[in-house]
Amino acid sequence: MADKITLAYGGGGEETNKLINELFYKHFNNDILTSAEDAAVVNANGKIAFTTDSFTVSPLFFNGGNIGKLAIAGTCNDLAMMGAKPEYISCGFMIEEGLDFETLEKIVKTMSEELSKVGAKIVCGDTKVVPAGSVDKIFINTSGIGHIKKENISAHNLKKGDVILVSRDIGKHGSVIMAHRYNVETTAQSDCKLLWDEVNALIEAGIDIKALRDATRGGLSAVLNEWANASDVGIEIEEDKVPVSDEVTGLCEIFGFEPMDLANEGAFIVAVSQNDAKKAEELLKKFNSNASIIGTVTDGNRVVLKSPWGSSRYIELPKGELLPRIC
Amino acid sequence: MCLAIPSKVLKVDENNMAEVDTLGVKRTVSLDLIQEEVKPGDYVLIHVGYAMSKIDEKFALESIEVYKQLAEAAAMEEDAISPEKLVNEDGPLLYKPKAEDE
Amino acid sequence: MSNLTLKDLYTKFRDPATIKALAKEIHKLADKLDEPMRVMEICGGHTHTIMKYGIKQLMPENIEFIHGPGCPVCVMPKERIDHAITLAKQPGVILTTLGDMIRVPGSKSSLAKTRADGYDIRPLHSTFDVLNIAKKNPDKKVIFFAIGFETTTPMTAALMKRAFNEGIKNIYYHINHVLTPPPMRAIMDSGEARINAFIAPSHVSVIIGAKSYQFLVDEYNTPVVVAGFEPVDVMESILMLVKQKLQNYPRVENQYKRAATWDGNVLAQQMTEEFMEIRDTFRWRGLGDIPKSALKLKDKYAQFDAEKIYANVLPNEHIDDHKLCICGKILKGLAKPTDCKVFGTACTPSSPLGSCMVSDEGACNAYYRYAR
Repeated sequence: MADKITLAYGGGGEETNKLINELFYKHFNNDILTSAEDAAVVNANGKIAFTTDSFTVSPLFFNGGNIGKLAIAGTCNDLAMMGAKPEYISCGFMIEEGLDFETLEKIVKTMSEELSKVGAKIVCGDTKVVPAGSVDKIFINTSGIGHIKKENISAHNLKKGDVILVSRDIGKHGSVIMAHRYNVETTAQSDCKLLWDEVNALIEAGIDIKALRDATRGGLSAVLNEWANASDVGIEIEEDKVPVSDEVTGLCEIFGFEPMDLANEGAFIVAVSQNDAKKAEELLKKFNSNASIIGTVTDGNRVVLKSPWGSSRYIELPKGELLPRIC
Repeated sequence: MCLAIPSKVLKVDENNMAEVDTLGVKRTVSLDLIQEEVKPGDYVLIHVGYAMSKIDEKFALESIEVYKQLAEAAAMEEDAISPEKLVNEDGPLLYKPKAEDE
Repeated sequence: MSNLTLKDLYTKFRDPATIKALAKEIHKLADKLDEPMRVMEICGGHTHTIMKYGIKQLMPENIEFIHGPGCPVCVMPKERIDHAITLAKQPGVILTTLGDMIRVPGSKSSLAKTRADGYDIRPLHSTFDVLNIAKKNPDKKVIFFAIGFETTTPMTAALMKRAFNEGIKNIYYHINHVLTPPPMRAIMDSGEARINAFIAPSHVSVIIGAKSYQFLVDEYNTPVVVAGFEPVDVMESILMLVKQKLQNYPRVENQYKRAATWDGNVLAQQMTEEFMEIRDTFRWRGLGDIPKSALKLKDKYAQFDAEKIYANVLPNEHIDDHKLCICGKILKGLAKPTDCKVFGTACTPSSPLGSCMVSDEGACNAYYRYAR
């Protein structure tokens, strides 16, 4: 293999075959993929969840992960959030000519490692190489399907009295990316992680899960607002119950961000019926000690944050570009 | 506009720049606006890439102590602490410098 | 070894038990006030704290906040933003400015939209970064669109000093630095606002000293407390103001002694004076012309003054806010954001009509986000 990915590797000829055989088949090896047909054939039985997501993160490599880890975890987590076990994944690469082969290989290896953690397979794929400047180094699209293990998990299900939990401390991934963008160093690590194990544990324990959502772009604020909207309910969050690490606090202090607006890639929010709340919290704490009940579903139609001294304010959907608040 | 962030000085270099830590976030800031000596371990206020002042630990600790007493007194549901106690020993009163009167 | 940790400087000043205890004291003492206390917080940072931490909700009925004009992004008139946009479009220019200035709409567009049109506009979170951009782009003119009150002014001066010392010749300055005492005077002189107590800015005071607010005591007989930025700071400052009222002894007190002094940061003041002088007049968005309320570069630096160099292309007509907008009244403390007909409907943070909605620091913006 050459040390740089040239346009020839996307040409559909000899170089493309080389790339597929020597890189993708090597790391994503499974019978369905290597049968090399125009489409993957898989067995399905019952309800299937189907999702797609594209990944364009800059920088490609960050504290706690890289674009490949995100591409697998992101799509698998979207399936998990619907109560589905991630099984079959498609993968499309858009590569800017001139990308180091070594970089691509690192990304592919990481993807393979993540896949094996959850037992999912990449069963079909596509590679394009585009002229310099058309994409920023590499973009990845992954789609995924999986059988639904628990049905009727939906943002429309929230009822007054339900309890809201968060699976870990928030804002880690967003902090890492922001720190990079604004050229400061942070000790924070991205929380990028597969979440099926946590979700599966909740399902196995028979927890009455109403809604599940991984709090990616827009963070906790976005999910809570979407839920309040979809179910036409109010949500009340106790500010001191929301776990935030020191380094995320530090970054938010510097730039005037709200931790609840920052992206996560390995944190989810779950709404459960009141009777199951404590049990769900204990279960989630086994995976991350910061998991916590953070609030309840109420009357009304707004998301309200309650301070420990009794005042309250609304949590809005994050808007616009996150710019540092100099003011 | 005037968000200024308490941070801890880690290193000072010969170019009058300091590496500071803000709860796990590290950055380099300029000391061009600070007259007194700044050394590792000092707390400074940072605004738009510059240290704008040192933080006076004595006063910070004094405030914290007063708050502690205040909170404890309130917790004990008694008015043990009179509001006057909120005033530091040397008083929050600011007089114009004496020199002008003399 | 100090017994003070960095974390203490955050958590101890946001401590729920302390906030509750201070609220209790304030309620107890405010009962004895013989007239309502109408306290103006001058600085947008305090407005933000008051709204974000729900401090308004902790106040007894007879203590009311009036939100002052201390948000430099909000008070920037549209024609100055048009200047920034015009400058960004000049050949060979990289326009740099601080933070959320780039969202603020001028008469027709904003810096963010202009950037989307392909012009090189860079929002910074550090004034110092201008140096690095200038060094990396020696063939470009790097214009620093300088905004901010006295807190941010010395950093512009320090940047100039370093640029000259290092022989960097491709940085130009468009100075929009404004001062806090003149608008306070303008508001007090208009006599409409009925303000009878002041929370003075934290970090402006760190630079110019608590002494700068003595005139509010001497000339208007009004109590002043220089307050820190944290919720506990603001609560304690309110308590101090109530006590001043009860003692009937108005004075300048400093609650923020851990950072602010009577004389301020003298080096920063000197550095500012080295490069800048007071303008005869400056037009404030929402408040109109206020004499001697802003700074400009001294004549001897004319060759680096973007306002002078590009004088023939910079637009100068006054552009008023939307007719229905009552920002002027809000900035003077004569109205609340919620009194405005267009608040939250035609005027929102994503499409602001008036100055108080444009930045996180503006009263309308804070009301929109925290208290609708």
